Amino acid sequence: MSDGGATVVAEGLRKTFEAPGGGPLHAVGGVSMTLRAGELTALVGPDGAGKTTLMRMMAGLLKPDAGMLRVLDIDVAKDPQTVQDRISYMPQRFGLYEDLSVQENLDLYADLHGVPQNLRRERFGRMLEMTDMARFTDRPAGKLSGGMKQKLGLACTLVRSPDLLLLDEPSVGVDPLSRRDLWKIVQQLVDDENLSVIVSTAYMDEAERCAQVFVMHEGRLLAEGAPGALRERARGLTYVATPPSGTPARDLQARLIDAGTRIVDAVPKGGAVWFIRQPEAEERALDGLLIGIGYRSRPEELEDAFMMMLRQQQTKETHAAPEAPTPSPQAASNGNGDKPVIVVRDLVRKFGDFTAVASTSFDVARGEIFGLLGPNGAGKTTTFRMLCGLLPVSSGHLEVAGMNLRTARSQARARIGYVSQKFALYGNLTVRENLEFFGGAYGLRGQALRSRVAATIAQFGLEPAAISGLLPGGYKQRLAMATGLLHEPEILFLDEPTSGIDPLARRAFWRTITALAQAGVTVIITTHFMEEAEYCDRIAIQDAGKVLALGTPQAVREQAGLDGGADMNNAFIAIVEHGRAAGRGDGKGAGA
Amino acid sequence: MRHPEFVRRFIALLRKETRQMLRDRSNLAVGLLLPVALILLFGYGLSFDVKNAPVAVVLEDSSPIAREAVAGLQGSTYLAPAWVANMDAAERLLRAGDADGIVRVPLDFSRRLATGDARIQLVLNGVNSTTAQTVEGYVNGAIATWAQKQADRAGNKAPAVGRVEVVQRMWFNEAGNSTWYLVPGLIVLVLTLIGAFLTSLLIAREWERGTLESLFVTPVRPLELIFAKLVPYVVVGAIDLMLCLLAARFLFEVPLRGSLTILLLASMLYLLVSLLLGLFISGKTRNQFQASQLAMLVSFMPAMMLSGFVFDLRNVPLVIQGVAQLLPATHFMGLIKTLFLAGDHGPTILRSVAILSLYAVVLVVATQRTLRKSLD
Repeated sequence: MSDGGATVVAEGLRKTFEAPGGGPLHAVGGVSMTLRAGELTALVGPDGAGKTTLMRMMAGLLKPDAGMLRVLDIDVAKDPQTVQDRISYMPQRFGLYEDLSVQENLDLYADLHGVPQNLRRERFGRMLEMTDMARFTDRPAGKLSGGMKQKLGLACTLVRSPDLLLLDEPSVGVDPLSRRDLWKIVQQLVDDENLSVIVSTAYMDEAERCAQVFVMHEGRLLAEGAPGALRERARGLTYVATPPSGTPARDLQARLIDAGTRIVDAVPKGGAVWFIRQPEAEERALDGLLIGIGYRSRPEELEDAFMMMLRQQQTKETHAAPEAPTPSPQAASNGNGDKPVIVVRDLVRKFGDFTAVASTSFDVARGEIFGLLGPNGAGKTTTFRMLCGLLPVSSGHLEVAGMNLRTARSQARARIGYVSQKFALYGNLTVRENLEFFGGAYGLRGQALRSRVAATIAQFGLEPAAISGLLPGGYKQRLAMATGLLHEPEILFLDEPTSGIDPLARRAFWRTITALAQAGVTVIITTHFMEEAEYCDRIAIQDAGKVLALGTPQAVREQAGLDGGADMNNAFIAIVEHGRAAGRGDGKGAGA
Repeated sequence: MRHPEFVRRFIALLRKETRQMLRDRSNLAVGLLLPVALILLFGYGLSFDVKNAPVAVVLEDSSPIAREAVAGLQGSTYLAPAWVANMDAAERLLRAGDADGIVRVPLDFSRRLATGDARIQLVLNGVNSTTAQTVEGYVNGAIATWAQKQADRAGNKAPAVGRVEVVQRMWFNEAGNSTWYLVPGLIVLVLTLIGAFLTSLLIAREWERGTLESLFVTPVRPLELIFAKLVPYVVVGAIDLMLCLLAARFLFEVPLRGSLTILLLASMLYLLVSLLLGLFISGKTRNQFQASQLAMLVSFMPAMMLSGFVFDLRNVPLVIQGVAQLLPATHFMGLIKTLFLAGDHGPTILRSVAILSLYAVVLVVATQRTLRKSLD
């Protein structure tokens, strides 16, 4: 399909910002690349790799500090408007006018791009059909769910067929179903209209669909090539190990990821552990690590190559890598024995006549990791808030740490830790000041407070004098978790803790969670990353307020009715779609 | 310039801005109800005229001539004299705030009147100096009238040589009615308010919601954005202007001595400047909260305090006068008061209109620069 032309040519491109703490931040530090026309190109890299800055320079929204950048053979720094007249760009947060309806948003962008009326009808019809939004044209954009908003954003971007389409992380914070729909639209346009698309993403399965992949890290280009060529880097190094029955895969995963000299990366997947061997380590070295555990090699994936590149960067860099803090076992027993620490019976929450959570029941046992999954607007956050005692229940029974939340909310609260989705600590206080403040808020005083703060700093490897707001994403997340654990709660609630942090930090995060669970802390977690469900003992999938599936990841995969090889993503999509088909007509709303 | 495209994009943006404005009830309330509240508040609630001011009268000399001297206090609508027995009682009233002043006719009044150096003591409550001055004026006036009559009666005896009578006449606001000069000023405030409270949010909101980033990468030009944002609020401002003018004419009966056409054109010009100032602040701060705070601080508050709305600018320190001259509101304030009460005065009109036009041009350019398609 490639017609040989180039859409974007960059040479020695640089863009430097002032870092929040002063000093220069090389968002893009000398990038040279040539992107081919008529195909899908992916920019991949962890947060802070410079993907967004690069995209914005291509769109003429930022001026390069040095180097040359030609888009559609136009010097974009000199003549941004000519480029902007010809491209379409979807920023990470597409700016929909929330008080305008779906149709009005589409009309606005069609008018601005000068789409003739006769073409418009056909185009709108196709967009609405592909996004499955024909029913909602009169609905204000502000009242759509997150995934729908993103689809409408894409539709607004695509009201005309541009010469080049730029998509900046279109699937961030979007559930698997909406993500799949978004990609269907893009793929169709590439096939039908020979569209040139540049997409930035943190999902390797999305990069795998592209003809050309550019891997970025901290403003530099690490690698480029077709997915197949990049995958080569991990050839012969990828394995899958099956843990002995009865032990969770995450325990084996924790052991493997701790062996950094022999193992690059390990993740639980489908009840087994997928891992990558360090190229320097011989295959024999694995035997010592996996005594009595069977393992076999598996075909390499793009994700494997990507993790290898990231790990190599990490070891090259001098600054402290996000090392997995391993909390010491805590005395978290209260003599309840095997009684579940969370009991939920027929839980209902209504907002007016809208039922956010409908008759939900489940138990969570001590030391269990329990995952709440669901598409945007499924009722996850509402359920979560009720469990933490932040939101009163409409009806039903709710027991947390042996206490009824309807009658003893504050006592129950003293025994739970809560880490919210947004960074809820004081950005202008130091790490120590934040810990001391929150420790005080949890009722710790004097010597007890001092010793807990000191222990927490040591346990999580924190830098006490650092200003909290200036910490990198993964570090902030660690601090937030440390704060939630100050008063040694029995139950830890984590609301989307891993969104917006890079894969290595996510590995470190889950390593800590595994250690906490081993120490007897019960963990309740919501997440958008379906593969993270594999770390959980049990998961619940919610949609439109109802629990559609509940059980171990294995059981949920089986319920999805897909063959054993199905990953969590596909299982999730199958279950939600099945649930929606069954519930069609009984008043379920697509938005929330 | 490709006109049809420019027009088409402008209309699309205009439609969007109008819809957004109409759907935001709270903004609409600020735009249309707040001016009405201001008109009523300032028109009725704020007045420097004193009516029925209580004054304690102590007649220590109870002769008929002494009674006659202060009798004039009674017939006035401005004063409400209360006759009290002695100075102690009067002071109590003053302290309690039940009297704004004490008029004391001393024991020797009649005797000294004969010798020509009679005195009447006036004690004023200085807590409220504006009221005190006004009461002083009324009391002086009432007693002077009596003294004049007295002199006329005795006129034949004394030679009229060397006696000068001051005949006072206040021009432009013959009754010295404060509503007359407050209401034109109110128009300035109302037009300032729309810019300060409403347009100051417009660009900042688009920055905050991320809509500008999407809009930038379309063929849209900054000027189209600015004018599309202005037009709906110019309409709101025009409605407010009409309300103010109707209130001025029919509610407060303020005369309009200049040309209505010039008044309307000048007002619309000032409205434009005010809206543009709001937009400029909005584009500069990119944050709704900061924008509205800043607009309050540099636009609305100074228009109220420093434009000559209430206080005569010539009485303030030189530095403040300089600051006041920087405000577009000051120039429009001078113009609109002149137009209402004094009539068309060519040089004033030309000067003010020239200054306001200059502001408009400068602000359009400055606002356009804040909307340069760049996230840097």
